[in-house]
This record gives sequence, C-alpha cells and structure tokens, in this order.
Amino acid sequence: MITVKDLHKSFGKNEVLKGIDAKVDESEVVCVIGPSGSGKSTFLRCLNLLEDITSGEVTIDKETVNDPRTDINQLRAQVGMVFQHFNLFPHKTVLENVTLGTTKVKKLDANQANELGTQLLEKVGLADKANEYPDSLSGGQKQRAAIARALAMEPKVMLFDEPTSALDPELVGDVLEVMKDLAREGMTMVVVTHEMGFAREVGDRVMFMDEGVVMEEGKPQQLFESPQNPRTQEFLSKIL
Amino acid sequence: MIDTIMDSPYINSLPFLIEGLKLTLIITITGLIFGFILGALAGLGRLSKSRIIYGITTVFVEVVRGTPILAQVLFIYFGISEDLIGVNISGLTAAIIAITLNAGAYIAEIVRGAVYSIDRGQFEAGRAIGLTEKQTMRYIIWPQAFKRMIPPLGNQFIISLKDTSLFSVIAVNELLYQGRTYYNATAEVFETLVMVCIIYLMITVPTSLILRRVERKLDV
Repeated sequence: MITVKDLHKSFGKNEVLKGIDAKVDESEVVCVIGPSGSGKSTFLRCLNLLEDITSGEVTIDKETVNDPRTDINQLRAQVGMVFQHFNLFPHKTVLENVTLGTTKVKKLDANQANELGTQLLEKVGLADKANEYPDSLSGGQKQRAAIARALAMEPKVMLFDEPTSALDPELVGDVLEVMKDLAREGMTMVVVTHEMGFAREVGDRVMFMDEGVVMEEGKPQQLFESPQNPRTQEFLSKIL
Repeated sequence: MIDTIMDSPYINSLPFLIEGLKLTLIITITGLIFGFILGALAGLGRLSKSRIIYGITTVFVEVVRGTPILAQVLFIYFGISEDLIGVNISGLTAAIIAITLNAGAYIAEIVRGAVYSIDRGQFEAGRAIGLTEKQTMRYIIWPQAFKRMIPPLGNQFIISLKDTSLFSVIAVNELLYQGRTYYNATAEVFETLVMVCIIYLMITVPTSLILRRVERKLDV
C-alpha cells in the first residue's frame, strides 16, 4: 500500500531524514517509535506531502506522492491524518468538522454528508456532541472527533502523528480504543507513538527510528523483547 | 430659560456642524469600504509566496505608512494635475482616495497579522483532508482570521474618522472645516471647537464601547 524508497528530507542544511526505506502492506498497522528529534513525525508528514520531499520516492496505492503530475489534493483525500494537537476547526461544530471535506472535496450533498458524519460520530462515541463546538470537548473527545473527520473521507490509509501525546493520561484509553477498532476493521495505519503498550498490542510491525534513519524494525514482540541494535536497546531501557 | 439655551452659541453652530459631520461620515465609511477591499488584497499579497506580489504590496504598505496622510492628500489633490491624468479630482474624491490608501495600508497589516496568527495546524488539517490552498483559506483560515480582525478594524474606523479632519486643508467641508468657517464668521472660536470635539466624541466613544463588548464576546 505504501512504499518509501531512499527518502531524504532536509530543512535548509539540517538533514532530518537520511534515507528511509519502508513498506506498509494493506491492512497492516505499523508503529513508528523513537526519541524526539529522530525524524519520525517528519517521516509521517512526508507521506502525504505536508512536508516537501527533498529526494527519494513515496508511493501510496501505486501513485507516486512526489510526482508533480499527481493530483495531491485527491491523494490527500485518500490518506487520513490525525495530528497531535487535533487541529479541529474551532469555528465549526463537531459535525461540520467531519462533513467539511466530504462536501467540498468529495462533493457529497448535505444530506449524505450529514448522514455519514453522524454515523462516524456514533462510531467514535460522540453522537451527542455533533452540534457542539470543539472548545467544549475534552482532549480525548477532540481527538476522536478528529479521527471521525479523517475517516469521513473514506481513506485507504490513516496516518497518526502522536495522537495521544497531548492528552491527559486518563483520556488516552478512549482514543486508543477507537484506533484498535480501526485496526481490527482492516484499516492500513501508520502510527507515530510513544504508547509502547499500543504498539505491542496492535502493531503488526514496529519501526525504531533514530537520527533520521530506521535503526531497526520487526514484529513488536521481537523488537521489544530482544532488540538487536544497541540504540534500540538503550531507548527501550529508558522508557520501559 | 429655554430661550437662552436655544440661543447659546453652542447650539447655534449645530446645524452647520451637522452638515460637516455628514460629509465626515461619508468620507470615512466610503474610504473604509474601499480601504478594506484594498487592504484585504494587499494583506494577502504580503502573505504571497510570489516575490513580485510580495514586493509590490510591501512597497505600497511601506510608502503609505511611512508618509504623513496630510502630504498624501496634498499630493493627490494638488500634486497630480489635470494634465497628467485627464480628469479633475474634486476635494471629496481626493479625500476618499486618501482614506482608502491610508486605511488600505494599515488594514493590509491587520489582515496579514490576523491570518498569520492562525495556528499553522489549521492550514495543515485543511490540506490533509484534501482541500486546495484556496478552499483552505476560504473555509478555514479566513473565517477565523476575520474574527480577529474586527477589533483592529474598529480601531481603524476611529483613526480614519479623525484623519478626515485633515481634509479641511483642501476645502472639503467636513466637520472641522465647517467649524472653522463658522467661528471665522461669528468669532465664537471656543464654543464652536468645543462642539466640534463633542461631535467627534459622540461617534468615537460609543464605537470604542461597542468594540470592547465585541472583543469580550469574541474572546480574541
């Protein structure tokens, strides 16, 4: 579903990604872990071109993301993204947040959009919040609304950029539950996370990134229980 | 008693001054409407990635903000001669152009600041669901930025309203000009200027109060 070949990304002279190769199969859940500054968020943001790619190639469902001929808006519509800070639109109700993309990009009519939006809000447990504004939601509710917003586009892939890092600990669980449901339904997911429990339980594969490269990757059990790379061992010993 | 009040120099100047107030408001409001259009375009130009558009709008903003409005209006009224552009600019037109340019330059900075103040994540979230750059501006950034523009725009209204008093130098019979004409004829300088200032305050103070309420309501 996703193929990344020799991906490099520089901000000015600062090279953040130094040649990443990765593959994500359909319905696979890949968790990306690593210390802050390792480039894992930048890697994720290159996948839907929120960051320009300096060199290399990213393809999603056979379409090359960084090919100038690709209609990037159409491609982004098929790649859902969930941000650390939710980035809900504060001037729109929860339901409007969810339906905006479906009416403006997918051109659904208002009735279809509202129906789909309501279904998705039910799915993430926010049906009763449809007509409220994001300001009145808790962090966990905001993130679930943001997930519903991404799902409304019926994406082939979902990207999660530290979706629980900005949440109070007691609110993390609800968000992770929604993500687990998605994984069970066969959604292809790339999750940058500090939630090792989630990576271990839900991830099909875990990538450990440090200093702009993938240091090690493997099945969660293998990577967490018998890491081969000394950097992985050091990182895991600090956080587990 | 009533006769003395009604006959006082304060009251007598009023009809004359109100005529001036009408013109003051016409210049201010017309100038601000055009100024907002100009300012919105120039403000977006200042955010543009195109160096040419950025350059042109920046020069406009800096030139207008860096020169006195009195010099600008003299330039428009006297400096640009009829031979040069083929039409005669009336005092009223020159006044409206001056307010438009001046308010436009300041509003450009208001627009730029407001758009700039919107969290970058809003833009990214819009692009991430597949909206184009234009759609993201229109549906996500602009509505939020506009809310933040309301208090400084109200402020600009007060500034532009007071700026119109400068147009007495080109014989536009706005409020202050009417006052000067009146006291030159009656020698009631003190009383007339008191009334002129009271009339300005009757517009500016309520505007400030409304603005403060709006600000609190918008929580910006």
